[in-house]
Amino acid sequence: MSGHDLIIVGAGIVGAACADYATMQGMRIAIVEPGVVGGGATAAAMGHLVAMDDDPAELALAHYSLGLWEAFANLPQAEFSRCGTLWVASNDEEFARIPEKIARLAASGVAAERVDARELYRLEPSLAPGLAGGMRVANEAVVFPPAVARHWVDRAITRGATYHADAVFRLDDRGVLLHGGQRLHGPVLLATGGALPSLLPGLPVRLRKGHLVITDRYPGVIRHQLLELGYADSAHGGDAASVAFNVQPRPTGQILIGSSREYDAVDTGVSMEMIRRMLERSFHFLPRLRELDAIRLWTGFRPVSVDGLPYLGRAPGRDDVWVAAAHEGLGVTTSLGSARVVVDQILGRAPAIDPTPYDPSRVQP
Amino acid sequence: MVDACDIVVVGAGPAGLAAAEAAASHGKRVVLIDSQPRAGGQVWRHDALHGQPRVAMDAIRAAAGNANVTYLEGTQVVAVEPERLLLQDARRGFHLAYGALVLATGARELLLPFPGWTLPGVTGAGGLQALAKQGWPLRGKRVLIAGSGPLLFAAAATAQRHGAHVVGIHEQAGASAVHRFAAGLWRWPGKLAQAARLRLELARVPYRTGSIVTTAEGDHGVSGAHVRGGQGDERIECDLLAVGYGLLPQVELAQLLGCALEPEGAHARVQVGPWQATSQPRVFAAGEACGIGGIDCARVEGHIAGLAAAGAAVPRALVQRRDRARAFAASLRQHFALRDDVRGLANDDTTICRCEDVSLGAVRTHTDAREAKLATRCGMGACQGRICGGALAELGHGPRGGMRPPLFPTRLATLGEPVLSSVSDTRGYTP
Repeated sequence: MSGHDLIIVGAGIVGAACADYATMQGMRIAIVEPGVVGGGATAAAMGHLVAMDDDPAELALAHYSLGLWEAFANLPQAEFSRCGTLWVASNDEEFARIPEKIARLAASGVAAERVDARELYRLEPSLAPGLAGGMRVANEAVVFPPAVARHWVDRAITRGATYHADAVFRLDDRGVLLHGGQRLHGPVLLATGGALPSLLPGLPVRLRKGHLVITDRYPGVIRHQLLELGYADSAHGGDAASVAFNVQPRPTGQILIGSSREYDAVDTGVSMEMIRRMLERSFHFLPRLRELDAIRLWTGFRPVSVDGLPYLGRAPGRDDVWVAAAHEGLGVTTSLGSARVVVDQILGRAPAIDPTPYDPSRVQP
Repeated sequence: MVDACDIVVVGAGPAGLAAAEAAASHGKRVVLIDSQPRAGGQVWRHDALHGQPRVAMDAIRAAAGNANVTYLEGTQVVAVEPERLLLQDARRGFHLAYGALVLATGARELLLPFPGWTLPGVTGAGGLQALAKQGWPLRGKRVLIAGSGPLLFAAAATAQRHGAHVVGIHEQAGASAVHRFAAGLWRWPGKLAQAARLRLELARVPYRTGSIVTTAEGDHGVSGAHVRGGQGDERIECDLLAVGYGLLPQVELAQLLGCALEPEGAHARVQVGPWQATSQPRVFAAGEACGIGGIDCARVEGHIAGLAAAGAAVPRALVQRRDRARAFAASLRQHFALRDDVRGLANDDTTICRCEDVSLGAVRTHTDAREAKLATRCGMGACQGRICGGALAELGHGPRGGMRPPLFPTRLATLGEPVLSSVSDTRGYTP
């Protein structure tokens, strides 16, 4: 029975990126996915390609990945739109902290500029009055993640990857046994996001629920992905439930409205209470939203590692089991860099960025 | 504070009106909600020229005119929360708490794509009827009507009463099926009389069975259609083309409430017990949402559901009447079953999702509705897949998945800042 060079479990945005890169390197791979390609957190994501400056390792991975995303800027199904990111300062204190942020981003090669209040309202006339200014990252973009995942999986298949619409029944050191009874031999890369602990109980993943709202088409109401500068506090704070202003202009003219974060929610349903809190926050910054129509609400679960950084590398205590999972809210942004960091290591090459901070062995059993 | 009532009835068509009247007559405080500006539903939609039939006016007066009933017109249910609904009217969003709920959400038309179906001037059969009643000018227009089922006659009659020249009615079912259906009508004398009246009214309109519109043509709007039937292909000139392949139960609110559904052909209907109870406690359903059964079925089911929701005894005679009416529905379904060739009219270039402009070719390779949606955006638009979802299910591309709120496009203010109270200052009913 012939083996595979690599068996990739999970065809979300991260698994799909791994499949694309591995086959580009000539590896003979198998993709195992019981559901829809890009149908988990990938389908629920906003698709904002963004660098967050609050952790140097996260920033390095994001910057590396953002450069790789440029190759897909003209892929029609990616719906790549370079709207830029505009971080909004609510008060003078937030405005005063912008230069430090710009310096941190610049150290990783990400160009950002401070805009005063006048420029802020010139860029985004619909913002509520009384804001102090902002920080613009002009090069950032948004994409439609599930269609990108689909494209990468399709590309891998044209390069010879086999696709198995099945779930892993058992993982061992020789490969995987699928529910349908088929056995696949070879090294295994788990890109199963929030489902990681079911196959590797040693690597904890906590699920952080989010809600999103999308409107009907209102082209031109906003031009940039808009976030409040307090976003990082909300995103990485330990609160059980938090909301932040985070809205995005889709290329369709629709406006995608986030964001909420809730630990330990198990119900996949929409909580109208969270929607209310999230929208109240959005109206505070963008009062015009009140009169626009929403057409759909949905939820998703961000997979969070023990320290917020993804697990990229060899599974602790395993020879031939690798991991690319637990990207929290940055899986779309960092998918391409994550794929290279892991697959390069599997091929015995040194990754382009230092892989140490993401090494799953940082988790003590 | 949240407004509250004993029983909320969603939909003021024949089923909802009957349910509201029945529940109110047992002393319950009822709130009756309808998204349209006037009660009556689709079948009793107010006609700008001819008003509403007597039976409709009586039913509306008996329900909305009852002192125990608060009627909220132009109001939509947009989301479901534990023990309460989130509603929206033209001005605001508000909550309504309820003890029991009756779903009388009716039906919508099954539109199947064919080349040219998105041209201006092409509508559904029920769609044409609704437009005519709302005052869309039809005088002197040549109207071609096609598709399947008795709705074609009703649409043709309405169009004719509004001055249209109906150039033909083309029924996809074969002659023998239609004759068998007609021959069995004696079992429902009311239906027989109605069919005879319509046939007489439309005596000068050519009626063809086993005949299908395959293509609509025109530059800026429809100017003609190709029809395939027993005598081969022919082109028929027309100014308007109305094609409807029957009705589908509207089950979206039932889905949000978690009510069990069951298959109705390739589609879904709400599963109910003998007294119209759904699988969810204190939620009842009546009429077309429980399977396409027509107006008589809707009225008797509404009556039963209203009584059951009020905790009142349901007379045996009502249950027997309901079963008879349901037998008529089964006969309809059997005799007007869609032929396979109506599912093969669209080609790869034919638009399937009008909201997102997705062609059939783009979704053809997908057998799962969610996969097709994620890959092509099919069904992601403002109608939430109501049109393309029905068509794709009928074409064998899988049923639509779970419904997500809001049920209809909803102002963000309704979702973010619902007002505290509304029913207390409702506009009330004026007969």
